[in-house]
Amino acid sequence: MSRVREGALAVGAPAVVGVAAVVLWQATVTGLGIAAYVVPAPADIATELAANLQVVATAAFGTARNAALGLLVGTVAALVAAGVSAAWRLAADAANPLVTATAVVPIVCLAPVFYTMFGTDAQTARVVVAAIAVFVPVYVNTLRGLRTVAPVHRDLLRAHAATPWQATRHVTLPGALPFFFTGLRVASSLAVISALVAEYFGGPVDGLGKAITSAVASSRYALAWAYVVGAVVTGLVFYAVTTLLERLPDAGGSPSARR
Amino acid sequence: MSAVVATGVGRVFGPAGGAGGTVALSDVDLTVAAGELVSLIGPSGCGKSTLLRLVADLDTPTSGSLTVFGKTPARARADQDYGIAFQQAGLLPWRSVQANVELPLQLHGASRAERAARAAELLALVGLTDFAGHRPDQLSGGMQQRVAIARALARWPRLLLMDEPFGALDEMTRERLQDELLKIRAETGAAVVFVTHSIPEAVYLSDRVVVMTPRPGRVVADLEIALGSPAERAARGIALREDPAFFERVSTVREALHAGEAGLPARDRGAAGAPDRAGR
Ligand SMILES: Nc1ncnc2c1ncn2[C@@H]1O[C@H](COP(=O)(O)OP(=O)(O)OP(=O)(O)O)[C@@H](O)[C@H]1O
Ligand SMILES: [Mg+2]
Repeated sequence: MSRVREGALAVGAPAVVGVAAVVLWQATVTGLGIAAYVVPAPADIATELAANLQVVATAAFGTARNAALGLLVGTVAALVAAGVSAAWRLAADAANPLVTATAVVPIVCLAPVFYTMFGTDAQTARVVVAAIAVFVPVYVNTLRGLRTVAPVHRDLLRAHAATPWQATRHVTLPGALPFFFTGLRVASSLAVISALVAEYFGGPVDGLGKAITSAVASSRYALAWAYVVGAVVTGLVFYAVTTLLERLPDAGGSPSARR
Repeated sequence: MSAVVATGVGRVFGPAGGAGGTVALSDVDLTVAAGELVSLIGPSGCGKSTLLRLVADLDTPTSGSLTVFGKTPARARADQDYGIAFQQAGLLPWRSVQANVELPLQLHGASRAERAARAAELLALVGLTDFAGHRPDQLSGGMQQRVAIARALARWPRLLLMDEPFGALDEMTRERLQDELLKIRAETGAAVVFVTHSIPEAVYLSDRVVVMTPRPGRVVADLEIALGSPAERAARGIALREDPAFFERVSTVREALHAGEAGLPARDRGAAGAPDRAGR
């Protein structure tokens, strides 16, 4: 199959499905006369979105900023921690129960505690929630990557009398990169979800979570859904950016290039 | 000076010195002269890879002594006296073909220009000049193996250790790479220790074939092949593969291999340092 046709199909097929779903949705809502508080029609949502684009964008930006900051802080912390754990077995073993606990507990449930801790008029609690949510997948995946060195590569470097630092630089780090990016991709969605949901538990009145709550409270259901659209777009942007990062020529090539 | 001298080398895995351990090698004597190509052949699990790893200082013997160019294997490794090619090509997938060949030079501080020049030379030697910029996953298995051999040669080693480098290849590719190896050897003059499962391959490539028994691995026969110098052999190619003298050597090796497997005292079984030499 030609590249162009393949590309057209990759974009076209989901687009057709998406359009069909929206049409079906519109037809169902208008045909059955479903009330707006149950599900508003896509056309109404689109109208609200167009009328309030500025407001929705501002709210999305507020949430995105917290998510991005949390993603950055959580990723840096996870990389440092994974480096320490890879170099020092004891650190990994010591951190293990804590990481497992963090992985099984939805971190947003700590949001009320963090608001009390960092103040309800600051964004800090939301950033912290996002950062912790991000930490786990990045840490776990990166550490696995750092520990996964093919025996043949280990032998190769030893045979060539490479120093430990050379082995790290030329084999361990590049080999761990795809694992890191897998973690980062998962983390990017988690960052947005966590930052948004944390807004439901308090804090300043900005961001998508707060906007959805107040739109529903004032019975503006279509507007609430317009904010949801904003949340979907924000999540997609985060996912797309982290996915593109991996494709950068010097980021270690395509994931399919590995084993 | 001999490239490799092993005297009474043993390797026991697991609990040292006895019960429960796996005796991979026992009392192995082996001498590889400088510039000589010696094949190790024997049934699966007889310790061929283990022996090669001991020479390469990727592992240490539990008994006996081993020298590489008169030094300890550790010293020889530090001095980069040998190059090694594994059964898996073991290329770094995130590096280009050229950068893979350059790795050993890069690890030892060669300048960018030196590296590029040497890589170009080696890629020409293995016939992959046009693929310098490719990624390993864009190459066939045989091409990857050639890159691995080029990489092993990067620092002009006096000894080349090869563990079934052609094991995963089809017969045609295999024969072509064998010819290439003979050519490379004629050009570099390096000693080669070559592990293989293939009797014809061993006979075609080698000056000497060393036959090993199943576990615990021991040397049962040390056979002189004497089918001409590497350059002569490479030049004869297919004619040599069809020469009756070639088949005769193949039979000799096969008999030694089967005798060793059956645990019979092979007629070529030699005492250490004084192996009987088959052939003319
Ligand atoms: N790291 C190890 N730990 C324990 N036992 C090992 C180890 N490496 C090898 N052995 C054992 O030593 C024996 C010899 O293994 P080796 O890989 O040297 O055989 P081989 O002759 O290379 O076999 P093949 O032809 O299948 O590659 C085997 O019985 C194997 O199980
Ligand atoms: Mg082996």
